[in-house]
Amino acid sequence: MATEKPLEAVLVVVGVLIAGDLVTALLITGSLQFADVGGLVKNGLMRGLVIGLAGVGLSMTYSILNFANFSHGDYITLGAFTGWGVTYLLAGLGEADWTNLILVGAGGGVFGAQLGISITGTTLAVILGLVVAAVATAAAALAVDRAIYKSMRDAGGIPLLITSVGVAFALRYVIALVFGESVRGTTSPDIPSFALPAIDGTVGINAHDLVVLVTGVALMLGVHLLLQRTKLGKAMRAMADNEDLARITGIPTERVVTWTWVLGGGLTGVAGYLLVLWRETLHFRIGWVLLLLVFAAVILGGIGSIYGAIFGGVIIGLTLSLSQIWIPTDFARASAFVIMIVILLVRPQGLFAGRATA
Amino acid sequence: MSGGSDPGSGPDSEASSGGDAQSDPPSDADPASADDPLTRVRESDVSLIVGGFLALYLGYVLVGIVAGLSPRGIFATVTQLTLLIAIYAMLTLSLNLHWGYTGLFNIGIVGFMAVGGYTFLMLTMQVAEPGVRSAGGLGLPFVVGLAGAVVAAAVLGFVVGLPSLRLRADYLAITTIAMAEIVRYFYQSNAFQQVELFGMSLGTGGGSGLVGDSTTPFDRYVYEAGWSEGLVDFLDETFRISGTLGPPIETLFDAIVLLVVVAGFYWLLKRTGGSPFGRVLKAIREDEDVANALGKDTGRFKMKSFMLGCALMGLAGALYVYFQLGNTVNPTVFRPRLTFFVWVALILGGAGSNTGSVLGAALFVGILFRGPLYVKNAVENIVAFPDSPATVAGALGGLLSLDPVPFLAFLFDNMGSLRIILLGVVLIVLMKRRPQGLLGHRKETAAAVPLVPTETTATGGLTPGSEGPEATDGGEPGGGGERP
Amino acid sequence: MSSADAAVEKGAEEEPTLELGVETADLAAVPLRVDGLEKQFGGITAVDGATFEVERGTITGLIGPNGAGKSTTFNLITGFHRPDAGAVYFDGDDVTEDSPHTLARKGLVRTFQIARELSEMTVMENMMLAPKGQSGEQLWRSVLPWTRGGVRAQESENLERTWRTLEFFELDHLWNEYAGNLSGGQRKLLEMARVLMTDPQVVLLDEPLAGVNPSLEKRLLEHLHELTDLGYTFLIVEHDMDVIMQHCEHVIVMHQGRVLAEGTPADIRDNEEVIDAYLGDDL
Repeated sequence: MATEKPLEAVLVVVGVLIAGDLVTALLITGSLQFADVGGLVKNGLMRGLVIGLAGVGLSMTYSILNFANFSHGDYITLGAFTGWGVTYLLAGLGEADWTNLILVGAGGGVFGAQLGISITGTTLAVILGLVVAAVATAAAALAVDRAIYKSMRDAGGIPLLITSVGVAFALRYVIALVFGESVRGTTSPDIPSFALPAIDGTVGINAHDLVVLVTGVALMLGVHLLLQRTKLGKAMRAMADNEDLARITGIPTERVVTWTWVLGGGLTGVAGYLLVLWRETLHFRIGWVLLLLVFAAVILGGIGSIYGAIFGGVIIGLTLSLSQIWIPTDFARASAFVIMIVILLVRPQGLFAGRATA
Repeated sequence: MSGGSDPGSGPDSEASSGGDAQSDPPSDADPASADDPLTRVRESDVSLIVGGFLALYLGYVLVGIVAGLSPRGIFATVTQLTLLIAIYAMLTLSLNLHWGYTGLFNIGIVGFMAVGGYTFLMLTMQVAEPGVRSAGGLGLPFVVGLAGAVVAAAVLGFVVGLPSLRLRADYLAITTIAMAEIVRYFYQSNAFQQVELFGMSLGTGGGSGLVGDSTTPFDRYVYEAGWSEGLVDFLDETFRISGTLGPPIETLFDAIVLLVVVAGFYWLLKRTGGSPFGRVLKAIREDEDVANALGKDTGRFKMKSFMLGCALMGLAGALYVYFQLGNTVNPTVFRPRLTFFVWVALILGGAGSNTGSVLGAALFVGILFRGPLYVKNAVENIVAFPDSPATVAGALGGLLSLDPVPFLAFLFDNMGSLRIILLGVVLIVLMKRRPQGLLGHRKETAAAVPLVPTETTATGGLTPGSEGPEATDGGEPGGGGERP
Repeated sequence: MSSADAAVEKGAEEEPTLELGVETADLAAVPLRVDGLEKQFGGITAVDGATFEVERGTITGLIGPNGAGKSTTFNLITGFHRPDAGAVYFDGDDVTEDSPHTLARKGLVRTFQIARELSEMTVMENMMLAPKGQSGEQLWRSVLPWTRGGVRAQESENLERTWRTLEFFELDHLWNEYAGNLSGGQRKLLEMARVLMTDPQVVLLDEPLAGVNPSLEKRLLEHLHELTDLGYTFLIVEHDMDVIMQHCEHVIVMHQGRVLAEGTPADIRDNEEVIDAYLGDDL
């Protein structure tokens, strides 16, 4: 394979060189600390899980509805705001005006830090917030589909893409209008954490890292089981493969579409919530800023592949943090995009295509 | 290859390609084709554009007068508006070459603008002198800067296009937007803030950007030469503007210069589109395989179209930096949303039509982009709103107790967000109801000569009977019998 | 170009005929030869060693049951797919590696199974697209004022020819119509007319009669015969056996990616293997 495709061979060489440099720096010259790299890996993994989770949602709609949804990033934002509104409300009820709480402290009414939100301190508020993020985003995605995309099913990928840009603008600035445009901190400053020993130091892991990890992995397993074991999952896979064939064989395509938005939207909302839990800040553009990275993850893994999206997310996440070892942080995102572009050129069907359509 | 991506496809083509092959009746031909169509189209195009601009200006002036804005304020607004429309028109025309003509889904417009703008400024800024100014450029003339912008953007277009033009439309889209982001990160990075090159200090300025000289050659020729003063006095007297026009007249000159450039863009792209070259581009848009099967090296045509459009975007970027941003630039200017604004303008006007592109730019800037802010300004001049509630909750609370004032005040206070929501909604409605935009479904025929019946063939006419059974098969075609 | 001009002048007085035609005198009698073509798609063999020749000035039929590999063979010949093995010879030259546009410029062109008109372009634009060697396809020539004149002159020449071809196919009354608004039959005619504008030697027609009503089919076939008389060569994939048997000089039968039989229509009609192949396909 590599001999037929010179570009792939070059990529393998580059990969080996980078890995070699990393090993040299760690073991031989000692210019890199294991603990530092461990910290970067942890960060990359967390971000990658969030990107992957959002990516699963994007990948599902991309493959089943055949368009690149540019409003997906703003679904992430919507999940974050709705979920955190509920978390604020539950955590701060009685301490502050309820409208300020549910608007996540719009207009500077409430500050997250004073509410002491954390998974250990306000467990119920966080869990319910997570659930609401999923439900609200799924509901919104479905509502947008009914109002806008449903009558455009046959319009083709590009008109739908352009329409989704309109949805993105409208949604993002409705969120800005309702929740305000300020950047705010969300969680308590004291989150229980422990130090994981690394060879020459420690890597700090806090409770919220674990929440991201557990929720992310659990949801991905759930989606896997759903797609592999249930009738709905089989129908979704069939539609992703060949929509016309699926319709002819009697699969209720509109019902599959509905579930696609519900599942995809739900996962995306959760991703938005977790992103804020992990980043500890919230802003009306967080989803939009993340969108291209999510696209990168989905394309890397192969559109339509669940494992591909997760894998792609983790790769992109790791690239974002580990690239700092070699290049200025300004170019972290650029390096992730470069990886995506290279994949598009070398293997446009993605790394996982043809193996695990799901 | 490019299936499902023909941008110009309106409802007609969908209906006919999906329908039974035998049963689609040809629709009526454009009645304008009865007499010399090219002359008529040309005339109507100019009048469309001029009419559109005049209507827009009239609207602004009327709103201004009703609201009691000062003549000077209205004048300043309208000239500013014209300047921005001109920039958008350049971008929309360039994008129309990519998308409307060739079907290339480029959403990396800002990337090419950024390269154009930065290159221009880095070439024309004065050379750095230690102690006087730290950041510096090469101090080259204005025109060289523009040429550099064009070349740099075209080269970037080549680099981006070489691998990616063969990708399907949505992948090309993602590649171009990612590329534009990479360009922005490049200029934002402090790594190239200042670079020593051949003993010269050159740089991108990093996050804080570059600031060119405030007095430019242009100012010297026009304002400091003093010949404009007579005109200022004339305008002051004619429109009874109290006091001197001052800065607005400078903007007026800038706007006029830019409108001339737009005319140049229009001429160039009209000529490009209305040629055998443009015909091949249209064929690639419709069906690349067919163009290929007919002997056209579609890869080369796509690359030429892409590079030309990118070069023009680079030029527009340079002019944007010079005229709109006052010869300064910073990376935040080139956020992706600017790209999408240009897309909205193009879709509004109608992809595939150069005239539509200019009109779309005018409508986008005049109504969607600047309109709401102007109206806000005007309304606030008449009505004094109470302080806006801090959050939407306060606004809705008022509404529940049947007091709409807080709600309106809140909306007015957030007009900046509101207009983007409006823009998004307009885009959605356009794509659902009128994807071809205002003028996207017109015949802007791609040929260097009028494609009309010629003298020699006109006599070899057609009798109704000679059509045979096909006439019943297809119905009476509207174009029939119109040959002079 | 000057001889074409003369033809235009002459043709103007006469019946609408094509001033086209192929100068066949110094050309090989076998313009198209394929040798051992093979193509696999993901483990499935679509074409498995197809070998045949097409003689000049004939209508050669390429038939076979569904999945016999006819369309893939077309794609391999015209450069839309690369064969895994085997070669294509056009006018004696190996053109296996040529891309579609190179082949088209050499005179080997194709039509598509479903008429692929350029729907948002007028009939005229569709036609004017096709001629070879258009100087105006160079951007600078089309734009610069002092080169535009030459472009215009050539456009006028091509326009004359376009009219004549449109009249030949009785499409001239639709000249300003969007191609997408044409009926299915008209699209087929347009596609054939457009292909002829490229000055082809050999035209590969992929089901040119599918979805065409009987009277138009008759006219199309008449056109084909007139054109072969002018020196054009056609390789045609068609499902309608009657058409193949009545109109083709030579028939090639493909089955499971190979050439099963070839010969005159009469030979094929009596060939047991061919009948079996079709029966196996429940036809």
